[in-house]
This record gives sequence, structure tokens and C-alpha cells, in this order.
Amino acid sequence: MQLTILCLEKVFKMSKPTIRIIKGGLLSTVQDTGRYEFQRYGMPVSGAMDVFSLLLANHILGNQPNAPCIETTMDGPMILFKEEAYIAICGADMQPRINDKSVENNRVIIAKPGDVLSFKGLRTGCRSYIAFAGGMQIEPVMRSSATYLPAGIGGFKGRKLVAGDEIDLAIQPVKPPDFTISNALNLVNVPKATIRIIPGPEISSFGFSSIQKLLNSDFAILPHSDRMAYRLEGAPVFPLAGKADIISSSLPFGTIQIPADGQPIIMMADRPTSGGYPRIAVVASVDLPKLAQLKPGDHIQFREISLEQAGKLYQQQMDFFTLH
Amino acid sequence: MQTSISGQSELTQPEMKYIPAGDSALIVKAGKDISEITNRRIQKMLLEIESKQIPGIIELVPAFNELMIYFDCRFTNHKVLVDQLITLDFNLLKEVLYERNIVHIPVLYGGQFGPDLPWIAERSKLSQSEVIDIHTSVDYPVYMLGFAPGFCYLGGVDQRIAIPRLETPRTIVIAGSIGIAGNQTGIYPLTGPGGWQILGRTPVKIFNPHRISYFLIKAGDFVRFYVIDEATFLAMQQTDAVDYSVSGKSLQNE
Repeated sequence: MQLTILCLEKVFKMSKPTIRIIKGGLLSTVQDTGRYEFQRYGMPVSGAMDVFSLLLANHILGNQPNAPCIETTMDGPMILFKEEAYIAICGADMQPRINDKSVENNRVIIAKPGDVLSFKGLRTGCRSYIAFAGGMQIEPVMRSSATYLPAGIGGFKGRKLVAGDEIDLAIQPVKPPDFTISNALNLVNVPKATIRIIPGPEISSFGFSSIQKLLNSDFAILPHSDRMAYRLEGAPVFPLAGKADIISSSLPFGTIQIPADGQPIIMMADRPTSGGYPRIAVVASVDLPKLAQLKPGDHIQFREISLEQAGKLYQQQMDFFTLH
Repeated sequence: MQTSISGQSELTQPEMKYIPAGDSALIVKAGKDISEITNRRIQKMLLEIESKQIPGIIELVPAFNELMIYFDCRFTNHKVLVDQLITLDFNLLKEVLYERNIVHIPVLYGGQFGPDLPWIAERSKLSQSEVIDIHTSVDYPVYMLGFAPGFCYLGGVDQRIAIPRLETPRTIVIAGSIGIAGNQTGIYPLTGPGGWQILGRTPVKIFNPHRISYFLIKAGDFVRFYVIDEATFLAMQQTDAVDYSVSGKSLQNE
């Protein structure tokens, strides 16, 4: 009888691989590539700030591209593995460790039962993505695993991860083939970045001198920047008289709005679906991952590129996944 | 077939403007103003484009006078999309123009759920029941949803009760609250800060991510408020009162 119970226990344990959060870190949330289909109802997209790094982490493990991952911000979590698992970490370098041993971003990492994943400290970038082979068992809300924090919807109970949280991983994942990516893909390490932009729908609401200011100034990312928007500080960029408000209009990821004080706001993953400030420019999609790896205190300079160039650059960036 | 960005054809097709919004989004602009005709054209455009299943399009998001097309710029681009869009028929057939999908929303007006009703009455120089009569006598067009999930921008507020918003917004407005701010009226889908004059509350959840129909109201619908008493309010609150918000089509001649 005892033996049967022990066997049954083992069977059930093995079929429910779980991780336990020992420490949540600053802001760790479950994200996928975003919740599309519902923006017309006012539901924001959310999802990963650095979608490329999330896709990369899933790619390394052979996951579906949209498999949910843990997005972690600046101060990483501490995670206990109750069963063996295969993970990959991409994005910021937060000096990941399994127990006392350093491990690396951008490759398959094996975690044995009882292992603890932790992060020694942020070295470059801002956000890391932890993917698990086979994905995590997250109940989708409105067909997505993305967490929309302002309304407490989706991901893991609609909130950030905290100590004591347990998440089930995929049952019996297959060990992925060993896969390492060359560091040629490195994101910008310096605290100052050039972000490429395309003139926005309301560009004609701005005079020449304002546009020049946007392109020639240095902007600092303010402390209250977050998943919803990056607020910038720099030379004020004012619209022409009478053009300060627009009728509520849609906001693509990376839209740069100019409110009354002339300080640009870049709309990020948790942005509302519509806004009322003139849209002076939109960040090129290829540079959204770079932008997501900047943090408060970092600096930005903008550079204009054409639609065609932007399209080509994004295509090249995404070609990575077909070439590797 | 012309390929210029500003697409225009003869007779009834209005002039559309096609404006890029970054490398992965395209605006189709149907007019400069906020008007019911412009907005209906946006709804028609949305249905028309969806029916064509154009490759590369990820999502369509209507606003007051523009339709945002989000696409994957690996699979299509602005020029290809515009070439496809200018072949579509965005005319409004008379029957479609006058067809209305009306969502009826029950409201408990005044008292603790409508703290600003006395003020609205005073400002309008009407009795509270006259304010309620006026508020419930209109089919409000839903121009768009935005600002928060399920939040509808409703137009058509009777000028007599179009009271400006609060000078100091409240930090907490309970979900379901019905408010007025100038020419706009609407329902707060989530609890949070708000600056509108609150005249009542609905027990209906206009947004519920754990229900089969997440949203009860969409752009292009009309909203009609109707009076319920406190007992009915409490009863409706017990269930997720989807059944009580009756939708109905009505054809009106203008």
C-alpha cells in the first residue's frame, strides 16, 4: 500500500512540473507577444515590451513563438524548480545564476529539481525574458497570456509575481537541442541610444523648428516611465498654435505624443488604445526592442528614417528566426 | 486605377485620406469632424475591409473619424494596402445608414449612486426627474471605444443637460457609474479616477473578461438608458446581467 502511494505521488509530481517564486523581483509579469483583436473595444495590447527577446527565448527552446514567458525588470526574480526544466533567458544581462553557478543568456539552460534561478544584478539593458521549454500553463484571458496590470487582467492572476506564487510548466517537455546565439545580436549597452523614427500623422501640426528640436536634442527618460509610456525630458517641442489637441485617435506601439508641456511621451506596451495628443512621430518597429531595453536615467536621440527603410530593417531583424 | 495616396472616385465615394502611422499602421481618414455620418462610414469601412480578408492585416481599430489598420510589414506595406483599399466600396446604403443596433442599459438614477444628479438638475434649472427623462429619451450613438476597455464615447447629449465635468476629478468612481461631461455621456467600465458628473449606476458589467461576450457594446451601436429601481438593481447585480441589456434593431427614417 505504502509503495503504491509513493509511486502514485511520484507519478503526480512528475506530471505537474512547477516553479515556485521565492522572490518576485522589481516587476516580473507573465507576457506573450500581446493581446490583439480587442483594441477596438478599448482593450490595450500589453505583451512583452521587448518582443524580439521574447521571440528569441522561445525560438531557442523550440517553443511556439507566442508561448508565455516571464518578463522581468531590472531586479530579477528568484525561482525554485521543483522538477527538471529547460529554460532560456534573453534580453538584458542581469547575470543569471543557477544556484551558485553563473549561466548565460541566449542558450538552453537545464534546471534540475531543487535548483534555484537567481539574478546577481543588472549589467546592461532593462528587461529579461525567461522562457520555459513547452511553455507555462497559463489560462488565457481574452485569448492571450499577456498581463494587463492596470485592470488586473491576464497572465498570472492579472498581477506581478510575488513570493509564494507557483506556476505549472508544460508537462514532460522535450529537451531542446543545444543552441547558442552569437553575441552579434547584442542590444545597445550604452546608456544613450539612437532611436529611429518616422514622421507621424500630425507632423504638420508642428513647425520646422519644433521638428528640428525633436531630431537634434538629447532626451532623458524620466523616473515615472513604465510599461504604459516613457516620459521624456528635454528641449520642449511645441505644436503650432491651436493644434495642441486632436480628436481621440489610435496609438501604435512607439507613437510619440506631444502634450501641452512639449515633453514627448512614447507609448509602450500597456498604452491605452487611443489618445488625444498630436502624434509627431512613431518609433520604427525595428527599434522597439532597443527602446524597451532603456531605463529611467538613460538618454535618447532621435533620427528620422523613411517608411521604406523602416520596413526593410524590420524584415531583416525578423529574418533572424528563419535563418537560425 | 489611380495609385495616389489621396484616393478619390466619382459620385458617392467620399474622399478618403490614407496616412501612415509608423511602419506597421495605416490610417484611413473619412472626415475632419465628429459626426454620425462620418462615423458610420468608418463602421462600414471596417466591415468591408474585414470581409475582404486582406493578407497581412492584424487588427482594425475605429476611432471618431479615422480607421487604424494595424498590419505586419513583413507581409504587406502601405502602398499595397492603399491599392487594395481604393477598390473597396465605402458607400453607405440607405438601409444600413438607418439601421440601429440599440443596447438598452438599466440605470438606477440618483441617491448614493448618482451623487451629482442634484447638481446637474440645479445647473440645468430642471427637476431631477426631468433630467432623468431627458437622459433616457435619446439613442446615443457609440462613436468609438477607448481610454479603458469597454469605455464608450457616446454622442448626442441633449444640450439642456450637457453640464461641464467636475472641476476636481474624483479619485474613485465605481464601475458602472453613468456620467455626463459636456456633450458626452458614458459608462465607467472599471473602478478608477474620473472627472464626469455621475447621475446613476448600472448593475450591468459592460466589460467582463471572464464572460463569453467580453464586451456588450461596440462602436456603431446605440445606447439607450432606462430607469430601474433599487430592488431590480440588486437582483441584476446577483447575476451578470447580460440578459437584461436588450439589444434591438430599429430602422428610422431621417
